[in-house]
Amino acid sequence: MNTLEVKNLCTHFFTRAGVVKAVDGVSFSIGRGKVLGLVGESGSGKSVTGFSILGLVDPPGRVVSGEILYKGKNLVGLPEEELRRLRGNRIAMIFQDPMMTLNPVLRVDTQMIETVLAHEKVSREEARQRSRDALGMVGIPSPDERLKSYPHQFSGGMRQRVAIAIALLHRPDLIVADEPTTALDVTIQGQILAEVQKLAQNLGTSLVWITHDLSVVAGLADEIAVMYAGRVVEQGEVNAVLDAPYHPYTHGLIGSVPSRNKRGEPLRQIPGMTPSLLSLAPGCAFKTRCNRADAACDVMPNLDELSPGRFARCVHPHVGAEA
Amino acid sequence: MSENILELKGISRRFEKKLDLAGRMLKKAGFPMREEVVHAVDGVDLAVKKGEVVGLVGESGCGKSTLGRMAAGIMPTSDGEVYWRGKNIRHMSPDEAKKAKLATQMIFQDPYASLNPRMKVDKIVGEAPLVHGLVNRANWPAYVDEQMRRAGLDPAFKTRYPHQFSGGQRQRIGIARALAVQPEFIVCDEAVAALDVSIQAQVLNLFMDLRRELDLTYLFISHDLGVVEHLSDRVVIMYLGRVVEQAPTEEIFARANHPYTQSLLAAVPRIESRKREFTSVKGEIPSPLNPPSGCHFHPRCPHAMDRCKLERPALKEIAPGHMSACHLNG
Ligand SMILES: Nc1ncnc2c1ncn2[C@@H]1O[C@H](COP(=O)(O)OP(=O)(O)OP(=O)(O)O)[C@@H](O)[C@H]1O
Ligand SMILES: Nc1ncnc2c1ncn2[C@@H]1O[C@H](COP(=O)(O)OP(=O)(O)O)[C@@H](O)[C@H]1O
Ligand code: SF4
Ligand code: SF4
Ligand SMILES: [Mg+2]
Ligand SMILES: [Mg+2]
Repeated sequence: MNTLEVKNLCTHFFTRAGVVKAVDGVSFSIGRGKVLGLVGESGSGKSVTGFSILGLVDPPGRVVSGEILYKGKNLVGLPEEELRRLRGNRIAMIFQDPMMTLNPVLRVDTQMIETVLAHEKVSREEARQRSRDALGMVGIPSPDERLKSYPHQFSGGMRQRVAIAIALLHRPDLIVADEPTTALDVTIQGQILAEVQKLAQNLGTSLVWITHDLSVVAGLADEIAVMYAGRVVEQGEVNAVLDAPYHPYTHGLIGSVPSRNKRGEPLRQIPGMTPSLLSLAPGCAFKTRCNRADAACDVMPNLDELSPGRFARCVHPHVGAEA
Repeated sequence: MSENILELKGISRRFEKKLDLAGRMLKKAGFPMREEVVHAVDGVDLAVKKGEVVGLVGESGCGKSTLGRMAAGIMPTSDGEVYWRGKNIRHMSPDEAKKAKLATQMIFQDPYASLNPRMKVDKIVGEAPLVHGLVNRANWPAYVDEQMRRAGLDPAFKTRYPHQFSGGQRQRIGIARALAVQPEFIVCDEAVAALDVSIQAQVLNLFMDLRRELDLTYLFISHDLGVVEHLSDRVVIMYLGRVVEQAPTEEIFARANHPYTQSLLAAVPRIESRKREFTSVKGEIPSPLNPPSGCHFHPRCPHAMDRCKLERPALKEIAPGHMSACHLNG
């Protein structure tokens, strides 16, 4: 059974200016120990998708339809009490800002031990041991001393590692990570990605790794889902998608990565800008920026399986010889 | 060989970190509390030739912005000399100094924070050239239109406020503002870091077009090695306030010499390298308040020797145009 199956998820925000369809019919699934890279530009709905999985969408937003199946069990509409038991235990989230997880006024050991005790009946000493192990797992040296520190005594990279260690405490089956290394330096990012990779391999943890950085996804993920304006527009095995993207947006995105272009030559670019979700015209949301757009694109295309395991939402995809 | 438009010789910048309340109280009570000093930039030599694009790379807090600000003449140096077109700026007449300052412009990461939210775009772009007499009142509207067009903005938007633009468009406003005073040298500090990849490509292309059209020289600060590789003629790598390596772009990516540069290049994720084992440089980036002795990189360096803890390695030429500061080079 897949660890996670998201089916037709719609999460909308009912704002004064109108209904923002931040996530509008998103589906994907992740097997045990697999990493799904969820990519897309700012505002495309990545974070809201992540928050929806954890049941963390606050008013004026809510999940209006769809299913989120965790090991076959639908989380949508589950009582808050039951959700809370899953969160931080079987399903964990890592945020871009580690202080979303950490309490600034509590020592790291207190926070970690309390987290263990909140979900499991173990002795304090065992909880402490577990915390120490988790810190060791994310590469924090001398965890015993470190446990006695406050969050502000850590550097940004260390703090993020503590937040990840907290996410690992219960060896969850699923971790949703929202741009957790975006604010970090590359050498520190490398350390964290190395740890996360081991985790998926050794403990069978499944990961949703949200990022705007295709290069991180290339190195980390098994599958990739590309979002644009609240919808998944392309999905499939990571190598297949990166080597021969079907959707014009994915195509443009990969083409505009500097290392994909000859040095000094103009970068291939996607014209125009991201549309506002409040004033989306009917049909394909990418049509104002797409060089393949025509009248057929005025009707919203379906996310079709164009080759085994490869999905794209486009009426004129880059497939076959002309790709 | 073309002339140096800018040359920095042995420049440093120190910041005193004031004691916090607890520190001041302890000091009053007789404890030996000292104000700490951050060596943000520590004895850097850097020359930029006319028409060149120099990429400045390094991890956060290593002093890139501080060096960039000193290069742009908007921050005084603690030590060292700055030469603009061969002349020490200390020895310039006020008029010469003003011209040199105007000829250098800076473009920042956060276009929003650097734009006055209560000013319309025409004023943001056109105020400085009017004040400096680069354009008269009568020609002003046409001049502003021209600057906006050049930066890829529709002049029809000139009566709008910054918040009415997208991130990429705001960055273009910043570019139009910088270009409006007809600069020769532009310091870009993480100028595309806040932009999405698709918009980033548009802005980078604009930078390159403008370079050709206006014969501009750039100091391009970025933590993104992919961007720097694409754009720069030469790359300068900093670590904790010091330049550790510099070389022509192709040379540095093909034959990085300094162990820090090598680990940095290895850590950068690349779209070409799939499902790879991430390896990591050990340890944290040390605090610039208390940098390691000798070679700043020694606690993280896989090749560190005894000498590295004691002696600061000098930046030495190891191949034509390729400088590195490491004891492994002898
Ligand atoms: N609380 C809210 N109220 C109204 N709209 C919201 C709210 N939170 C998110 N949205 C909207 O939902 C859309 C998707 O937001 P989301 O944060 O998921 O984007 P993202 O792809 O993660 O962007 P980024 O990369 O900038 O974090 C955006 O248009 C956003 O403005
Ligand atoms: N105005 C300032 N006051 C005190 N410290 C500063 C100031 N500006 C920079 N620093 C310190 O100088 C070092 C280098 O900063 P900066 O040049 O901004 O780094 P970068 O741009 O490479 O991230 C950092 O440790 C930073 O905290
Ligand atoms: S559906 Fe049409 S507009 Fe949309 S991506 Fe495909 S070709 Fe372009
Ligand atoms: S000087 Fe020593 S510590 Fe520094 S980079 Fe070279 S070998 Fe490593
Ligand atoms: Mg987000
Ligand atoms: Mg900076």
